[in-house]
Amino acid sequence: MTSLIVRAATRLLVGLLLMFSIWMLLRGHNEPGGGFIGGLIGATGFILYAVAHGSKAARVALRIDPQTIAMAGLGLALLAGLAGFIPGDGLFAGQWLFIGATETDKGTPLSTILVFDIGVYLVVLGAVLTMVFALEEEV
Amino acid sequence: MANTHTDSRFLGGPAGWISILLPLALFGWFAQHIPAVATGEVLVWRLDWVPSLGVSLGILLDGLSLTFALLITGIGTLVTLYASSYLVGHVHYTRFVCYLMVFMVGMLGLVLSDNLLALFVFWEVTTVSSYLLIGFDADAAKARRNALQALVVTGMGALAFLAGIIVLGTAAGTFEISAIEGTLTDHPMYLAIFWLFIAGAFTKSAQVPFHFWLPNAMAAPTPVSAYLHSATMVKGGVYLLARMNPTLGGTDIWFWTLVIAGGVTAVFASLVAIRQTDIKQILAYTTLMALGTLVMFIGVGTPYAIEAAMTFLIVHSFYKAALFLMIGVVDHGTGTRDATVLRGLGRAMPVTMLVAMVAAASMAGLPPLFGFIGKEFMYKAALDAPAMIWVLGCIFSASVLMFVAGGIVAFRPFVGKLAETPVKAHEGPWPMLVGPVLLAGMGLTFGVMPDWAETLVRPAAAAVAGGPVEVDLYLFKEVNTAFLLSLATFGVGFLLYLVHGRLRAGLSRFKARFDPGWDRLMDGVAAGSKGLTGMIQTGKLRRYIFVTFLALALAMAASVWRADLTPVIPPLDDLQFKHWAVLIFIVAGALLTAVTNSRMTAVASLGVVGIGVALIFIIFGAPDVAITQLLVEVLQVVLVAVAMLKLPYLNREYVKTVRGLDLILALSVGALTTVIMLAVQAAPIDMELTRFFEEASAPLAYGRNIVNVILVDFRALDTFGEIAVVAIAALGAYALLKGTRRPTP
Repeated sequence: MTSLIVRAATRLLVGLLLMFSIWMLLRGHNEPGGGFIGGLIGATGFILYAVAHGSKAARVALRIDPQTIAMAGLGLALLAGLAGFIPGDGLFAGQWLFIGATETDKGTPLSTILVFDIGVYLVVLGAVLTMVFALEEEV
Repeated sequence: MANTHTDSRFLGGPAGWISILLPLALFGWFAQHIPAVATGEVLVWRLDWVPSLGVSLGILLDGLSLTFALLITGIGTLVTLYASSYLVGHVHYTRFVCYLMVFMVGMLGLVLSDNLLALFVFWEVTTVSSYLLIGFDADAAKARRNALQALVVTGMGALAFLAGIIVLGTAAGTFEISAIEGTLTDHPMYLAIFWLFIAGAFTKSAQVPFHFWLPNAMAAPTPVSAYLHSATMVKGGVYLLARMNPTLGGTDIWFWTLVIAGGVTAVFASLVAIRQTDIKQILAYTTLMALGTLVMFIGVGTPYAIEAAMTFLIVHSFYKAALFLMIGVVDHGTGTRDATVLRGLGRAMPVTMLVAMVAAASMAGLPPLFGFIGKEFMYKAALDAPAMIWVLGCIFSASVLMFVAGGIVAFRPFVGKLAETPVKAHEGPWPMLVGPVLLAGMGLTFGVMPDWAETLVRPAAAAVAGGPVEVDLYLFKEVNTAFLLSLATFGVGFLLYLVHGRLRAGLSRFKARFDPGWDRLMDGVAAGSKGLTGMIQTGKLRRYIFVTFLALALAMAASVWRADLTPVIPPLDDLQFKHWAVLIFIVAGALLTAVTNSRMTAVASLGVVGIGVALIFIIFGAPDVAITQLLVEVLQVVLVAVAMLKLPYLNREYVKTVRGLDLILALSVGALTTVIMLAVQAAPIDMELTRFFEEASAPLAYGRNIVNVILVDFRALDTFGEIAVVAIAALGAYALLKGTRRPTP
């Protein structure tokens, strides 16, 4: 599997897949996509890298332990949910901020929903990579 | 156990004096309510705890709970003071104190809770802290075993009790004790409630046949025995029966169950008490006797009987705690607790002797001690009771034997010539003497000043009886039957004491041992669960999947049969070419998976099926689901392909033997799913939710992708649960994979 073509192509593809995954994550609220799909695509990128260069190299490229990523995502999602309490709403009540909103244009919307979706992204990415790396190292 | 290390810190350091001051302060707080409660007032405070379940933290302070609360905090103060010296320098002294405080809070909560569910929680707090305290000497296998036995027996009773609470709550329409109106004795569920409550109370208060755990619980350090297993926790069951008397009492079954079980416990325990040589064991069995007596008199239920029970409750707490603490001092000062060895300690341990004799005199029921009043009123109540012969017979034999036990415990060890003991006999330090002296003194004070005791007994009896009770305690008024019975008790008791050596030898020949049976039962449970686990958890993946799908097939078959579903074949003529193509694609993939003999082919063709399903999602306009499906299929193939490198070769012979069964199961699951899908399709679909999400998605959640808006906004909590599962599953898989790796040499 470690042919030169695969290794060379992987370098290009991984970057593209990661960008694609983030794009999918961000567009998810209005178009097909979202944190779950984004996380899966991101995981695919690193899995491809692991197939080409070995899981050790993939871990180095990832820099952070996948378990840590998954747990951080879970914590982030929880924080996004708890934020609903701050203005006195319930747990997981979405909070929105429209930056530069005018009468006709809603500006750049930011929300705890997005933070939650990023949390989902990180959990899926981390969880899948945890399993795949562990399996690959086991063999 | 004690004094193995030198530690000169005053009263055991911060842990010590905090644990002494806390109960003392609580005692003071409760004591200031005595005047109000004595006039018949019932104080209630309330705080919502779990409003959605109707659990509130109501505090109900009436005569019964105040009496208990004063005993718990008062004896608690003395016991912690005692422990600061008894366990001085023990490595785990702080831990001990923590357990003891947890227990105290649990016990207070138990007696003060107005809500039955809250009461149950505190009930279990006492069970668990009792477990920790019995097993405090955790290096000893015996302590661990006895702790577990106590936990299992009382825990099982508590489960029954919880069920009883739920049934009662449903029947009465409330879990608040103070809100239950009238009795439930005519309710159709009365018998169920009754037996479930009895199971809880009898296990907690160690009534025959659940008594065996209590003497074993004496493996705990002496302060624990004095506090939990004599003065407070074991009376939890008595408290429950007393508290429930207005609601559940007054029926024939209540009367006979309590009177018979209580009477048998009282007499049986006093007989076994005489048989023991370890003084602590003697005291343990006399505690059983006291519990039996209390249960019996609550069962009798006449105003006299309740008055007698409440009086005896206080009497017993005083003398029994004093005696337990006393024997701790003796053990500490001589190194033994053997009644056949100890003699002539009086000169070396004068204060201990004084305490022992006063407390034992109260136990034996001698005037002018409070115990005498307790016994007199029990006789009076017995003479007045239905089933007089039985009640009177039980209480008379038990009282006579108490007299004998008092002599063995507190008279014989202190008189005569000083015997050889492992440690040269010496008096205990002052913190260990304050408690017993005060407790024994209380027994004397209440005996001389019965009016003081009345202030507690009257409201307590009123709370148990469910209405005002005439209470008039006195030491001596006239020569009547009860008084003559008392004299007879002393006479017979004295005679029996003279021959108690022979009595013990005679009783020792009867073996009534429950422990071997218990151990066999526990071994059986352990073996049974091991066998069951071995049967269910075979470790074969094929077996797990087979069972899972078998269960699925059975569940579907059952629902098809019960709901009488009839599949409706929809018209096939609007199927287009692309639909047929996907259908053939999927079926071909599935067939190939089923017939191939190669794992790699099977995985790949299963991937084909998955991609076909993704195509269906695309055709019917669910791009999100299709993308997810596609990605998951790819990942699955990758994962299985990696895992395959580690799998053993496929055993073709084995596959042949099971393939037939697998085929039948697969066909059934497929057919049933199809039938259900067709039947569901035929029914009109409720579009309300779909419409709501379509309309509300953009204005409420500012998103046009409904699927995602549902996932991250409308149903965010569900999603959070799901990603938590994903994360935990990943960690589990990681741990399993890393755990199976053999250590590299």
